[in-house]
Amino acid sequence: MNPPIHRNPITAVESPAVGVTIDGLTKNFGTFQALKNVSFTVEPGEIFVLMGPSGSGKSVLLKHIVGLEAATAGRVLINGQDATAEHTLERIRIALVFQAGALFNSLSVYDNLALYPREHRFGDEATIRDKVMRALQILSLENSARKFPSELSGGMRKRVAIARALVMEPQLMLYDEPTSELDPVMSATISEIIATLKDEYHVTTIVVSHDRELALGIADRVGILMGGELVFLGPPASLRQPADPLIADFFHPRIDLKNPRFKTLET
Amino acid sequence: MKQLTHFLEGFGSAVQLLFQSARFVGTLPRQRARFIDQCYLIGYTTLPIVAILCFFMGSVLALQSGYSMENFGAKQFIGSLVGLSFARELGPVIVAILVAGRVGSAITAELASMKVYQEVDALVTMNIPPARILVLPRLAAVLVMMPVLAIIGNLIGWFGGAVVCKYVESIAIEPEAYFSALRRYMKFKDVGTGLMKAEIFGFVVVLICCSIGLNTRGGPREIGASVTKAVVVSLISILVLDYFVTKALM
Repeated sequence: MNPPIHRNPITAVESPAVGVTIDGLTKNFGTFQALKNVSFTVEPGEIFVLMGPSGSGKSVLLKHIVGLEAATAGRVLINGQDATAEHTLERIRIALVFQAGALFNSLSVYDNLALYPREHRFGDEATIRDKVMRALQILSLENSARKFPSELSGGMRKRVAIARALVMEPQLMLYDEPTSELDPVMSATISEIIATLKDEYHVTTIVVSHDRELALGIADRVGILMGGELVFLGPPASLRQPADPLIADFFHPRIDLKNPRFKTLET
Repeated sequence: MKQLTHFLEGFGSAVQLLFQSARFVGTLPRQRARFIDQCYLIGYTTLPIVAILCFFMGSVLALQSGYSMENFGAKQFIGSLVGLSFARELGPVIVAILVAGRVGSAITAELASMKVYQEVDALVTMNIPPARILVLPRLAAVLVMMPVLAIIGNLIGWFGGAVVCKYVESIAIEPEAYFSALRRYMKFKDVGTGLMKAEIFGFVVVLICCSIGLNTRGGPREIGASVTKAVVVSLISILVLDYFVTKALM
């Protein structure tokens, strides 16, 4: 079946949503195995949330999808094309929202957003301005266009990073810990933005997060990585009362001063 | 063995970066603003320190040679000695060292910081090659600005020598005699050789500094380590290259 074709509301460009296939992905850093034969598929237009404890390999997996890391074994396919191939990034627009934003500190918010369309010659400066201002409006940032990243709060930086991704007219949106270091209200706002963008833009979305509320609130499916292995793959509803005690302990941890987790850390 | 491996890795990545940048030469006209910005940083902001250092190097050279040459009655040749030394050797080397210390360190710090804070990764995911927008404008700018800095450095160095020759009593050579000796024994080729050397040194310095900056891994501490490494490698490269380029251009 052909993927659905939707129009980007900013640019009115037709962008087919893309599917992602992770096939036996293994990554070693020296003797440390960060990913162990991980396989799953993300359907076009789906929101897939990848969870797991710190150091479980979530961000490493994200870097493989965008071609920033090369796999030790296995492969990542985006619409059937190898993610590490140079032409994949030319043919498929993938936007990654980094955990810390990765905004260009020497550029204003406006220029951060305008960089991609300028470099890829999306049109004249007036056209680019329209696109940038529309993206800033969607994220309620129009008054921050002339500010520099250092003048923004953590939540605003995340929103600018999302706006910058939006201007790219992405077919695949990747978010690395979008709600980390944010207060609960701002976390909820970011979650709502991710869900709204998916609904309006119909982009395939992969979110790496620790945020339980985000996973339960917006995910179509959830994957849980532990120690580099995929230990859960399914709808978020099945995480409300997971049968596996390992997953239950991760997803519904209880603070207990006699907790054996703490004893494990001590030894 | 490990250091040799590191050296070869560094050399390899610098050469790779050069070829990556060369692929995008056609985009330079579109990058006018970045090119002009880099010309300003490399040329204009380095000029005051080049002027001060070259003036005093010229003065010291005239003072030392005046003191030595007086013993065998060759004071009238001070102008040619200062002129040739500056045009062929001191001018390009001093300018290159200053560019390495002032501009090279700034380039490495900026690129290393961009790398550490994932700005470079962001460019890659946006399908904007870092070699195109971060390296190429700097390489182009240094190629344009190095000969300019070297010429200005030479002129100021010669002038520094002339001031010492006129006002130091033990030398007491009039500027007319000083510049006449300078012109008599210096050929256009001498200046050309110096400019060629400055061009090569500047280009290598900027390439090294870009390569080390973009290959920085780790956190803020590694930014400082990269800057130190870039300056040290640049200085060694200037002096090693100086020998081979001088020999090749003789």
